[in-house]
Amino acid sequence: MDNLKNLRKKPLFLPIFCMILVLLINLIKSPTFFSVSVNNGVLYGRLIDIINRGSEIAILAVGQTLVVAVSAGTDISVGSVMSLSACSCCMLLAGYGNNSVSTLVVPMAVGMLFGVLMGGVCGAFNGALVAKLKIQPMVATLILFTAARAIGLLLCNNQITYIRYEKYKYLGNFIPGCPIPTPVFVAIIVIIIIAILLRKTALGLYIQSVGINGRAARISGINSDVICFICYLICGICAGIAGIVASSRIYSADSNNIGLNFELDAILAVALGGNSLGGGKFNLAGSIIGAYTIQAITTTLLAMGVSTDKAPVFKAIIVIIIVVVQAPAFKSYMAARKAQRAQVKEAA
Amino acid sequence: MKKRIFAGILTALMAASLVACGGAGDSAPAAGGDDAGTTTEAGAGDDGEKIIVGFAQVGHESDWRTASTKSVQDAFSEANGYDLEFVDCDNDSAKQIEAVRQFIQDDVDYIVIDPIVSTGWDTVLTECEDAGIPVIVIDRTIEDSDKYVSWVGSEFMNEGLAAGAWLKAYAEAKGISDINVLVIEGSNGSSAQIGRTDGFKKYADEEGWKIIDSQDGDFTQDGGQKVMESYCKSYAGKFNVVVCQNDNEAFGAMDAMKAAGVEYGVDKDVILISFDACKAGLEYVQAGDINADFMCYPLQGEYCAQIIQQLKNGEDVEKQTFMTEPWYVAEDILPSITYTNNSGKEVTEDLVVVTDAASQASY
Repeated sequence: MDNLKNLRKKPLFLPIFCMILVLLINLIKSPTFFSVSVNNGVLYGRLIDIINRGSEIAILAVGQTLVVAVSAGTDISVGSVMSLSACSCCMLLAGYGNNSVSTLVVPMAVGMLFGVLMGGVCGAFNGALVAKLKIQPMVATLILFTAARAIGLLLCNNQITYIRYEKYKYLGNFIPGCPIPTPVFVAIIVIIIIAILLRKTALGLYIQSVGINGRAARISGINSDVICFICYLICGICAGIAGIVASSRIYSADSNNIGLNFELDAILAVALGGNSLGGGKFNLAGSIIGAYTIQAITTTLLAMGVSTDKAPVFKAIIVIIIVVVQAPAFKSYMAARKAQRAQVKEAA
Repeated sequence: MKKRIFAGILTALMAASLVACGGAGDSAPAAGGDDAGTTTEAGAGDDGEKIIVGFAQVGHESDWRTASTKSVQDAFSEANGYDLEFVDCDNDSAKQIEAVRQFIQDDVDYIVIDPIVSTGWDTVLTECEDAGIPVIVIDRTIEDSDKYVSWVGSEFMNEGLAAGAWLKAYAEAKGISDINVLVIEGSNGSSAQIGRTDGFKKYADEEGWKIIDSQDGDFTQDGGQKVMESYCKSYAGKFNVVVCQNDNEAFGAMDAMKAAGVEYGVDKDVILISFDACKAGLEYVQAGDINADFMCYPLQGEYCAQIIQQLKNGEDVEKQTFMTEPWYVAEDILPSITYTNNSGKEVTEDLVVVTDAASQASY
């Protein structure tokens, strides 16, 4: 019992609990949900779908967590930046104006790096606006939220650019001979790099101190502006990487649809992970679990064949429950009730 | 100083975004203008007689829409004696009504509208009528007003019916009796989704086909792929027909089926039906991956130009024009299909086997 109590006090308890809750619904509904088999030489099953398709949201959530922590605001441009990075990558690979190619104009790595770089440029732009010009994060990122997708469309000459080159599909699908979907590796690599950066350097601590009180942090010798800038830069790079993965999945740059509404999922992942949107202390692992929880909900709704016009309603209900359970007001209410009951018991 | 640089960057970016928005509109006429440089000079005398056309387009959400925009821009090029005012409304209906009012202000000769929503048009169309500007509606429809001279577009219901009729005939020819269908629908509530769903469902009900599931793939490749991935797990081995309501969804569905090891296409386990028939789609039909692809013709431009010429010459025009839409198939086993179309007429239409020429000619 004591162990359980200790467990409940752990910061990751609630995010994991919510994740298990969602999966439990599936277990009751259809036990086959969890069956994982090897089909065509690759892992196959709904669990695989969740960790595969959740990769983009997880990558975005990593960057978003840092932005939320440092600036108590959200970067709402990540979805559009995904689209821009995908478009710049495909435009470079296909050559401007071509909408379907099977041979590449430049080496594939160059195109992909360029896409990620574009994400970084967008992140730097956001970071400059927020850190240097002190513009509110939502207003600052609103610029690229509107503009990035349009710039992407311009780069792709107003059409969907297809890269029908077998190796371009590897990043978003499977590398031949490897049974695990590649996006999973990409997500893991991004998470590990950021985690090392936060743990092995003082960056994590700096981010928290700037987020809790920027002025105090500056007085104690931390360059708040630079820390804030770095967070937005990382967020932009993450969006760039997610954009390339999403583009590789459909081996094209569909500027209108890549990353559509992903900013909302990324912010939701941060919130579901138990992070305060008010900035300060943050928990990267929570956000990542949050990201996969969102994907689990989506996959569940698809699996249950919930008609798509009703699906957002169910998604909303699940999200409301998860958010309410984690709300401090709800937690203190539950604690108060428990104390009351204990009192009554004692009196009896 | 630093702030100034940032302000400069910000301004540049905003300007870039403006260019991005206007890009679609400017590029084609500008190109046309360059090519036709000599023509315009030669015909400088009738420069004043240029017909000014205002075109309020929905947006730029798909290849199909881009093709539609381009066809109108081509048809109303300067070389053809037109001056086109193009507005991309970015799927914002308020912006579209604003655009139409602007056309009235600018006193254009004709207005072409692809209405984003089907209602709320009566006031502004009355204004057009009062100003004496004929309005031509393309693609989507207007429900609450008849103050336009003509409508040009596709009959989505017929596309669905044709798909049903083809599947019936094809199944008979191939001796397939048990038909279990999975449908990947288009964006919920769009006229294409409603027409294609209803048309196909009519046949499914009559023939007793089982529609196992029908979910929204949002007309995108990623959407089609996601829905199909889920279908492959839920209904493994239980389906033999997949209907995708546009080509992009079909591309996604093919990838998902390939990953799940489901064989599709000509003489395989699953019959794949698609709509739109864009160039890439027809290439798949030709390769035998898609069994049948029902075209949704996006090139309304030439039809519009024809109507305007008729109006100019004082001739009567048809209130409704349905564009001819070919049905493409992969195999040469059925010459034609016969079905009762949406206006209750029994029609026999040819099936076109895709050739290099056909797929190259598509948009």
